[in-house]
Amino acid sequence: MTLLSGDPPRGRALQVLVALIVLALMLAPFLFPGAKALNTAAKTCVMILLVASYDVLLGYTGIVSFAHVMFFGVGAYGVGLALYGLSASWGALALGLVCAFILSLALALAIGLFSLRVQSIFFAMVTLAVAYAFNVLASQLSDLTGGEDGRSFKIPEILQPGFKWLDHPILGVQANGKLLAYYLVFVVAAAAFLVLLRVVNSPFGRVLQAIRENPFRAEALGYRIVFHRTLATCISALGATLAGALSALWLRYVGPDTALSFSIQVDVLVMVVVGGMGSLYGAIVGAALFVVAESYLQDLMGALANVAADARLPMLPGLFDPHRWLLWLGLAFVLAVYFAPLGIVGALKPAEGKGRPAG
Amino acid sequence: MSASLTLDGVHTHIGRYHILQGVDFDVPGGRTTMLLGRNGAGKTTTLRTIMGLWRASKGRIALGDKALQGLAASDVARLGVGYAPETMAIFSDLTVRENLVLGARDGPLDDKRLDWIFGFFPALKRFWLSRAGSLSGGQKQMLSIARAIVEPRELLLIDEPTKGLAPAIVGSLIECLREIKATGVTILLVEQNFRVAVEVGDEVRVMDNGRVVHRGAMNLLAADESLQNRLLGLSLDSHQ
Amino acid sequence: MSATGFGAALPRRRIEILPAMTPVIVALVAAPFVGSASTFVTLTAAGLAMGMMIFTMASGLTLVFGMMDVLNFGHGAFIALGAYVATLVFLPLAGWSASDSVALNLAVFLLAIVAAALVCGALGWVFERLIVKPVYGQHLRQILATIGGSIIAEQLMYAFWGPDQIPLSVPKTLEGSFVFGEAAIEKYRVLATLVGLVVFAGEMLILNRTKIGLLIRAGVENREMVEALGYRIDRLFIGVFMAGSALAGLGGAMMALYRGQVHATIGGEFLVLCFIVIIIGGLGSVGGSFVASILVALIANYAGFLAPKLALVSNILAMVVVLLWRPRGLYPVSGR
Repeated sequence: MTLLSGDPPRGRALQVLVALIVLALMLAPFLFPGAKALNTAAKTCVMILLVASYDVLLGYTGIVSFAHVMFFGVGAYGVGLALYGLSASWGALALGLVCAFILSLALALAIGLFSLRVQSIFFAMVTLAVAYAFNVLASQLSDLTGGEDGRSFKIPEILQPGFKWLDHPILGVQANGKLLAYYLVFVVAAAAFLVLLRVVNSPFGRVLQAIRENPFRAEALGYRIVFHRTLATCISALGATLAGALSALWLRYVGPDTALSFSIQVDVLVMVVVGGMGSLYGAIVGAALFVVAESYLQDLMGALANVAADARLPMLPGLFDPHRWLLWLGLAFVLAVYFAPLGIVGALKPAEGKGRPAG
Repeated sequence: MSASLTLDGVHTHIGRYHILQGVDFDVPGGRTTMLLGRNGAGKTTTLRTIMGLWRASKGRIALGDKALQGLAASDVARLGVGYAPETMAIFSDLTVRENLVLGARDGPLDDKRLDWIFGFFPALKRFWLSRAGSLSGGQKQMLSIARAIVEPRELLLIDEPTKGLAPAIVGSLIECLREIKATGVTILLVEQNFRVAVEVGDEVRVMDNGRVVHRGAMNLLAADESLQNRLLGLSLDSHQ
Repeated sequence: MSATGFGAALPRRRIEILPAMTPVIVALVAAPFVGSASTFVTLTAAGLAMGMMIFTMASGLTLVFGMMDVLNFGHGAFIALGAYVATLVFLPLAGWSASDSVALNLAVFLLAIVAAALVCGALGWVFERLIVKPVYGQHLRQILATIGGSIIAEQLMYAFWGPDQIPLSVPKTLEGSFVFGEAAIEKYRVLATLVGLVVFAGEMLILNRTKIGLLIRAGVENREMVEALGYRIDRLFIGVFMAGSALAGLGGAMMALYRGQVHATIGGEFLVLCFIVIIIGGLGSVGGSFVASILVALIANYAGFLAPKLALVSNILAMVVVLLWRPRGLYPVSGR
């Protein structure tokens, strides 16, 4: 129980769902053979961390920011450029990560302090502008960042697919660097998630929620709003940075469209809303659902589009085109905003009276 | 003569807070009724609830024979209710003229009515085309009240018109309230200033903790100092 | 009773001049660095034209936000939709566009932008009723709902028109430039500037000379009081929303012609720019967004010439500088 900081998922249904997802991710290389499946699993781990860290800001502290993906980009580029420019070593990796953390902290502090001067809608718009600027900068400083094309780089040897640490396969899976890389991603993401869980269940986390509910009251009670909001922004930023680093490490590539594009921010918003704001388990559910849908729904849609085209139905082949999967997700998202504002977690919540409100 | 206003068992919740806890009183038609009480008693909430800016969770509000509860603020206004809120709520970026034009929803500004208003609010004529935000506090208050009476109304709701004003200006505001009274409109006036209440009020209702705790004629309350102390916590003199 | 002096009436309200001068100041500062007069003229003309187009897109957004605190992320979808509608007009009337007759060219141009405005205005009503209205007053859900709406709209545009760019050319006689000595000013830019000025003049007339405009300006300051004065402000808001969407479509159509191609990504790109412009201008102020649009466009053009790497982030920098000087924008509305 202390592993989950005294805050397990509420309700039987949610517990089962979360357990299934975690188990599936833990055993992914063995349960789902093939590169695509492993990719999906790795991306899910990364997204869980990214979404959970965003929920700390949005769901728990009540701050709307569109700059989250910027921190993800800092983490990705930090690690990616270090491994590219220096050497494919653990030292370079560590250096890149530390630099990324420092840059993210600096940016988070600046943003946190800026949020003082302006009201929340203003602040949201400014974070959007800043994130956009960052994206543009990354493309423009092409000497450093590789511009639109990004950078491919080598990762430390034992994580490379070519590296074999056992001659014979384990349970049918090659014992190579890719397997190690996957478990590195999984373990780090899981550990970071548990840390975030600890944070939101601490006295600090409870104050965040008090501030979200009623800032005036919280201030009257003596809590330093600025300190708490800024610290929450920093924690959230660090989580995103780590997620970005993991992503770059897994993909062995960093570029504006995988690390900084606004569509990633939109994806995160969708995941956090569909999963459930104000509950970190919502991040697990939302991220898993989204990434799996993104990877496999398109195949389904392609099949449907072919059927519609064969039947000579108008419009439908266009609507079911696999590239239009975002249309259906957008629809689900909007419906969730109206009818299920608490997301899947909220929908699966047990009836009132059983246990404390979800942490 | 204007209609009377009645409130019957009105409750208002704001978020988790139960502000009005069963407000019952009537405001006689054509007379001026003062609504007194300490800070936080619920006076402003009562006015806002009558106006429809906040929805009563329970109870009835009637102006004459027309029900007001549940109506949107714009519908309440169209039934002939004028409102001068505590914050004055004048439009600072608009001119004095434009502010008054907004008050005249049934048609263009009536020159005769304007002349009458200029009679007790001469500053408004002088600042006619100036930005309302550049007026002094007292002048803004005049504008707020003028906007509420720029057309004839059935009911006037006025919230703390003398708050923060210098004594000299308070005097002229009392004069103007008397002139408005003379037109026979029903007035419900929230005031902290007891002297104003005595000079202008015919009837008085005192609120405490979201309920009405005293109803009666103003002159009776004005004559009874011990009752004043009990209800309002301060005597007449120190309330200046 | 009077607090101030006797005698003459006080002067009419004055508008503060300094914020409006900022584009002029920027132009004066940039001039010596640009060097050649002809280049300067070309850059400035381009900046003015772009500024007008941006203003057309942004002015509706600032009123929508000012009146109802609605942050409409769907606004970008209307910018893109306007561009696509323009192609629907240009396609069947390609003959008019290719002809040598100025009248026909202008006709197809005007038809295209009017069609864009009408379609976007009508769909603006749909968007407001379906997506915005259910979540009035809840900022977060409203942001999310309008983002979701814009995703759906963008995807529908791709489904309908395909994911590729569609070329869109300026009509024949509107191509090319007016040449003054060494300075060349593109004819289309002049036209765009004229359209933008007409839009601005129209908005100013409505806002300052009509009762509806009066209600809008009052509503931006204090919508509750406008309601308490007996006006149904939510009906007014729908009208403003539709007008804002129509103008976004008009601006999008003009911008697409300017660039020569249509793609849904134009929506997202200019949405950010619109946000920057309305922040710089002051939320709720049409005059402010007019000045801010010109300012941002001029800076982008001068920077594009003088320091190209900075050009794309120049508007963010401008926003930061302006906010440090005036935290609520160039012409903040009272009471916000």
